[in-house]
Amino acid sequence: MEETIAELRETFRSGTTKSVSWRKKQLKALLDLVNENEDSIFNALDQDLGKSRVESYRDEVGVVKKSATYSLSCLDKWVAPKKGEVPLLFFPAKAEVMPEPLGVVLIFSSWNFPISLALDPLIGAISAGNTVLIKPSELAPACLSFLVQTIPQYLDNKAIKVIGGGADVGERLLELKWDKIFFTGSPRVGRLVMTAAAKHLTPVTLELGGKCPAIVDNTLSNPSKAKVTAKRIVGGKWGPCTGQACIAIDYVLVEEKLASTLIDILKKYIKRFYGDNLKELKSISRIVNKNQFQRLVNLLKDPHVASSVVYGGSVDEEKLVIEPTILLDPPLDSEIMNEEIFGPLLPIITLKNIEESIEFINSKPKPLVIYAFTEDKAFKKRILSETSSGSVTFNDSMVQFLCDSLPFGGVGQSGFGRYHGKYSFDTFSHEKAVLHRAFYPELEPRYPPWTNFKLMFIKLAYGFNYFGLMLLMLGFKKS
Amino acid sequence: MGSEVEKKAVFDTESAKEVVKELRDSFVAGKTKTYEWRRTQLAAMLKMMDENEPQIVAALSDDLSKPELESSIYEIAMLKNSCKLALKEMKHWMMPEKAKTSMTTFPSSAEIVSDPLGVVLIISAWNYPFLLSLDPVVGAIAAGNAIVLKPSEISPATASLLAKLVKKYLDCSCIKVVEGAVPETTALLEQKWDKIMYTGNGRIARIVMAAAAKHLTPVVLELGGKCPVIVDSGINLQVATRRIIAGKWGCNNGQACISPDYIITTKDYAPELVDSFKCELERFYGKNPLESKDLSRIVNSNHFARLLKLLDEDTVSSKIVYGGERDETNLKIAPTILLDVPKDSLIMNEEIFGPLLPIITIDKVEGSFDLINSSGTKPLAAYLFTNNKKLKEKFVEKVSAGGLVVNDTTVHLAEPALPFGGVGDSGMGAYHGKFSFDTFSHKKAVLYRSFAGDAAVRYPPYTAGKLRLMRALLGGSIMGIIRALLGWSKP
Repeated sequence: MEETIAELRETFRSGTTKSVSWRKKQLKALLDLVNENEDSIFNALDQDLGKSRVESYRDEVGVVKKSATYSLSCLDKWVAPKKGEVPLLFFPAKAEVMPEPLGVVLIFSSWNFPISLALDPLIGAISAGNTVLIKPSELAPACLSFLVQTIPQYLDNKAIKVIGGGADVGERLLELKWDKIFFTGSPRVGRLVMTAAAKHLTPVTLELGGKCPAIVDNTLSNPSKAKVTAKRIVGGKWGPCTGQACIAIDYVLVEEKLASTLIDILKKYIKRFYGDNLKELKSISRIVNKNQFQRLVNLLKDPHVASSVVYGGSVDEEKLVIEPTILLDPPLDSEIMNEEIFGPLLPIITLKNIEESIEFINSKPKPLVIYAFTEDKAFKKRILSETSSGSVTFNDSMVQFLCDSLPFGGVGQSGFGRYHGKYSFDTFSHEKAVLHRAFYPELEPRYPPWTNFKLMFIKLAYGFNYFGLMLLMLGFKKS
Repeated sequence: MGSEVEKKAVFDTESAKEVVKELRDSFVAGKTKTYEWRRTQLAAMLKMMDENEPQIVAALSDDLSKPELESSIYEIAMLKNSCKLALKEMKHWMMPEKAKTSMTTFPSSAEIVSDPLGVVLIISAWNYPFLLSLDPVVGAIAAGNAIVLKPSEISPATASLLAKLVKKYLDCSCIKVVEGAVPETTALLEQKWDKIMYTGNGRIARIVMAAAAKHLTPVVLELGGKCPVIVDSGINLQVATRRIIAGKWGCNNGQACISPDYIITTKDYAPELVDSFKCELERFYGKNPLESKDLSRIVNSNHFARLLKLLDEDTVSSKIVYGGERDETNLKIAPTILLDVPKDSLIMNEEIFGPLLPIITIDKVEGSFDLINSSGTKPLAAYLFTNNKKLKEKFVEKVSAGGLVVNDTTVHLAEPALPFGGVGDSGMGAYHGKFSFDTFSHKKAVLYRSFAGDAAVRYPPYTAGKLRLMRALLGGSIMGIIRALLGWSKP
């Protein structure tokens, strides 16, 4: 492992990765990798998570292609230094901010989007000119295997590497000195990563999760809007990896009087999208492994929770499938309402007044996303200014992920740092400040021995008080 | 009420918890979020400086024997500028930034909103105890946060003056100063903050970051390093020398994170450079620099002993070409220049942070880049004096540091358009100007969608036709979408 990082460091030192043409070549090769191996990717995702082709394309293959294409088209612009305005006092001077690669970076990706969460950060790291080691999660073994085998076939092996293995490999990697660590996963492991990074003063980006709420107000009273809302909630809960996604809707907040309307219409779309029979569920992923399966089943064990199930609840242990399940008002102190569900269980919490949703959300750690289905301008404003989350999406779910111009990242317990689009490039870069000065003109008052005149001069200079400076120099100001 | 003699309460974990709770309550109540509050706090800070300049200068003189000009300019005037810039630009900074949306999410609109992070902890250093305490506070206030400031105990007069002034001029329910040393800092670090900014050294920075990790608190670490100065020949030597002196001994007598630490020049040019230094140093500080009022002293006896250890090492003491005098009683060391100390000497392997300037000579000036990069650590700043355009280009390309300056030293600190921060061992994160506002904000992405335009392709049951359309939508090209709709693309 020390050898691996030494090789990556040597490659970085040689300057290969700094060349823009190298970076573009790698990005193009990555596109080829994805285009030429789509079927293998679909198969691996089906094996690991039971993902259907459309979901796999939408959330994994398509995302990587879009990301690489976008980076390729913007790279020249991104690597260019950004000019800064320089005050007259410094004249003649040139100030600019130059992005440069950080060096050797480590990317940890998680099991729920095992292709895109490995390759999307990789795109950022390559665009910024770094050498990279990816450690994908061993909980998605077919995808891990795919990455280990195909990446060396397409990308520059001396600069981009993939390593397999479990938590022990992760631990050993964390003992080494990296120039950046990019981690997607749980807050618990996020803490371990950051603690290890602290020993080397390695900057980190942590993409974590949280309980992403969806607020639904009385747009439900409008039948056509209610339909769209329901589709988007269903699509946003069970669509991505059957709820095993950091941005999946975790729970819904709705007014008491609209709860049954909501539940009815959710049921309708669940049946239409996925089927109404556990044995015949389609177009939906399965639970990744027995551990996660058991964890989710345990959430339902609490009798008060079990009695709140109003739809679904059946499980198939052999196939690791849990039916899309809706719960109505499980106890607020139950585990299902206090840990990130990360699965196909959807609690609906009712409130007397939808405005209470703000307080409710604020009583919990800051989530990665807050979803709000509302057309009330004032309410939207309140949500934006009185809650805090990684991001907010109004009247939809999931799609903010596709918007390259929006930073994707958390705050508080949902993480820090961000990526997507140019933010990926930035997150793997050091923005180096550069100031060019000339030898002339020289300002004598800069130098000791200090006198009152010099003090006055510099004070005026710092205040950018050019007129005052003139007066001083012409003898019209007392020093 | 009770006895007049108050026992100074111990600031422990419980006290720290209470402080955080009070600030969090203030934050949740929305006190710090309004533009008015932020504006009045910054205005009060300006007033505080206007009304207390002599006291501030006196405290800095107590703590560091800092010359009045350095205090007035580098601590007070710089901070005033920071406040004024924030007051002028804050409304603009606070406005949401529109973001472009693409075909993929049509129809939608998007923006990035700057949210305050919440309750932040600012731990500052002893060398610019006033500036490094309040400059981050300006950013934190502008971004709408509640703040605890922990000034360094190594500059106690300034720390207690800060505590007094902050209490008098700023909103105590939202901004507090906690004085103390290791126990107090430890108690503070155990709490959950929304951001921690630390200015200081790498050793403590690791402790701060590890403590922050427990709560997943993001950090900004402003550290230091050995900032090299490369001096080429064929330049205006007098100007270059003066600018190096101003950046070294003119900045708290070399005790500054961006002070030139050591010089690299060619064997041929070194004698001229040394002579120029001798000439200008005498012009600035006189024949008896230990008596000059224009030099700060060494902050305390610990650092004094540390610097003497660097200077008196056997292989090093013989390399002194100028200076070397010391006055232990007054904690003064004269500006000292050394020529060609060994690479493995102590002085070349730790950040000097004092008035000693080693000059390392090499054969060709181009070799300086490898020399700098070979140290394995990236400094906070690097400087180059040259008229050679190609050399400048190579310097900018090859040397990695927080910031670079060509033909001057340290002045990039005063340029608000440039982010000020380190990389690698010199730190992470940046501030100054708008970067301060950004560093204490959470940039929240907001996507507005409407109910119209709901594409069935998004929803199951999934079919080949939907897959076709999905490809096209993600591909973002209109032609692609039309082709898919007409069934002309691959499934």
